[in-house]
Amino acid sequence: MSNTLKELKRDVVPSGFQEQYIKAFKWMLLARTVEDKIVSLWRAGKIAGGVYIGRGQEAISVALGMRIRPGDIYGPLIRDQAGRFAAGEDVLEVLRVYLGSRLGVMRGRDGNVHRGRPREGRYAMISHLGALISVVAGGLLARRLKGDNSAIGATAIGDGGTSTGAFHEAMNLAAVEKLPLVVLVVNNQYAYSTPNSRQFGCRDLVDRAIGYGIDGYSVDATDLKESMEVVNHAVERARSGRGPQMVVGTCLRLSGHAGHDDASYMDRALLQSDVGRDCLDLAEAYLRDQQWADIASIEQWKEDARAEIEEAVIKVQREPPVSPEKEDWCAFATRRFLDSTPAA
Amino acid sequence: MSITYLEAIREAQAKALRNDPRVYIYGQDIAAFGGAFKATKNLAHEFPGRVLDSPISEDAMVGSAIGAAIEGMRPIVEMQFADFSSLAVNQIVNQAATHFWRTGVPCSITIRLPSGGNPGTGPCHSQNLESLYAHFPGLVVMTPGTVEDAYFMLLEAIDLDDPVIFCEHKFLYNRLKTESLPRSGLPTGRARVARAGRDVSIVAYSAMVQEALAAAEELRLKGIEAEVVDLRSVKPLDYDTILASVARTGRLLCVGESWPWGGVNAEVIARVAGHGFHLLDAPPFRINARDTPVPYHPSLWQAHKPTTALIVSHVRQLLEW
Repeated sequence: MSNTLKELKRDVVPSGFQEQYIKAFKWMLLARTVEDKIVSLWRAGKIAGGVYIGRGQEAISVALGMRIRPGDIYGPLIRDQAGRFAAGEDVLEVLRVYLGSRLGVMRGRDGNVHRGRPREGRYAMISHLGALISVVAGGLLARRLKGDNSAIGATAIGDGGTSTGAFHEAMNLAAVEKLPLVVLVVNNQYAYSTPNSRQFGCRDLVDRAIGYGIDGYSVDATDLKESMEVVNHAVERARSGRGPQMVVGTCLRLSGHAGHDDASYMDRALLQSDVGRDCLDLAEAYLRDQQWADIASIEQWKEDARAEIEEAVIKVQREPPVSPEKEDWCAFATRRFLDSTPAA
Repeated sequence: MSITYLEAIREAQAKALRNDPRVYIYGQDIAAFGGAFKATKNLAHEFPGRVLDSPISEDAMVGSAIGAAIEGMRPIVEMQFADFSSLAVNQIVNQAATHFWRTGVPCSITIRLPSGGNPGTGPCHSQNLESLYAHFPGLVVMTPGTVEDAYFMLLEAIDLDDPVIFCEHKFLYNRLKTESLPRSGLPTGRARVARAGRDVSIVAYSAMVQEALAAAEELRLKGIEAEVVDLRSVKPLDYDTILASVARTGRLLCVGESWPWGGVNAEVIARVAGHGFHLLDAPPFRINARDTPVPYHPSLWQAHKPTTALIVSHVRQLLEW
């Protein structure tokens, strides 16, 4: 139970890390690019509902998503596009939901960041913060009851979400059941407009891990390398039966809460501080410093991401939209329960 | 041999645990202790590792059951009292109820709610919450009023792909008995004519079925033949059986132990008025609990809920209309 990773040798780059880092960077880039496009489409009136993006927290999100294996349970939250890509989602799937294609995985019944494929271990969040953590924990409990101890579960929450009763109940339950659950707490300084000072009274959110009797780690979430190292360590601990792991990443949400929010309440000093650094810029600089990629290759990757997304937007906009006539309006899985007497 | 309503609930869970490896039970004090009401007595011993004590965390109890259901399990969650399920309302109505609709993946969980009043149980241990849960699309709400239904419907609840709120009535736990457990029963969504009659239809569910049957017996002595319809499940609701009964009698009295506002009785009456107005010879009546929290003192509690005497007097008013 510790806040820092004494056993990690930070200055040494393990073999294969370069390749992993480049992969992570490309997913971050794809996430940033698709979310920029989504915001643009939303402003143009092409997307219904809210648009919540993960700008500024792609590094910590991708660090977790890329550790998800087939068979694991992953419940991403609203700012986890990078993690979703790393865990196997493709651009078409994202855009089909946002643009209301009939081929979208949610069929127009739920939107945008609420999408998921639960049967494939990709759980679909609801808006109520903290509510997904116990669901992921229950998925792991089920795996254990079925004799399968190979999977881990992972999910994310923000600083604001840690104030909910659901968060507390789920963390405690996971600790009692000693489940292989990794919970990423991304402290991006604001819950909608509410700063940390109005959100919690503890010194640092990582201290909560002590109360739950689980491992807790602090990480600079603007730093991709550190994020990958710490999350990798936590995931390995969970896989090796060491119980729930809580990783608290610190960064700044580099956008409003949603598309409609200009974040005018945000403290400018935070933006200028280390917390306000853009993880994508830092990761790009690190790639060049290490000479793992030159400017030309990075520009090519950016162009590739833009092209893939533009092509997907064109394809999805030509797909049939969801329509009330095609909807069967039955909330029950048991079809015979459909109410045949219209309410009078 | 005789078996109580409570024993039937225990036996149904034992049978489900025996026959279906996907079933497990999660709840407070249910393992070695056997539950606050002993509905899981000895089950932890008979089925090691499958009857698990939970922390006092209703939200996380239901949330974890939802996750387990996504993974193909058939969890049963025991709420210690129906009243405490209010702490899990978010998981129940926003997650379990919506899951199939949103994702196409069913959420097969059974949440057992020890419901209803007993003398002295007061505002926080006496509630009937079927109307609240029936309001939300996607939830099946069962309200067994007989030992046979307590057993058979609980087995069906576990088998169904949909989330089920199983409202078992505490007043009936040890008071209602039968000789043997049924091998079959009506499917969920079908009401049962508990007693045939020609003069008035009394539509009831849960513990009120017994009050309605007692009232019908009193009325018989006065030459009035009341038909009693036991709804069995309040969602789905069997309008066909209700309307057929009203077609026979021309008069409708709905009896429910929960509060009146926006409840099951209101829904039944709205549907009958809308689809069977021509069948009615008198305005439809309803009897509910009074619109206050459930009182603690037994004398107040008796005056708070529908009783046999109240049903009898309402039937007489209906017939005199």
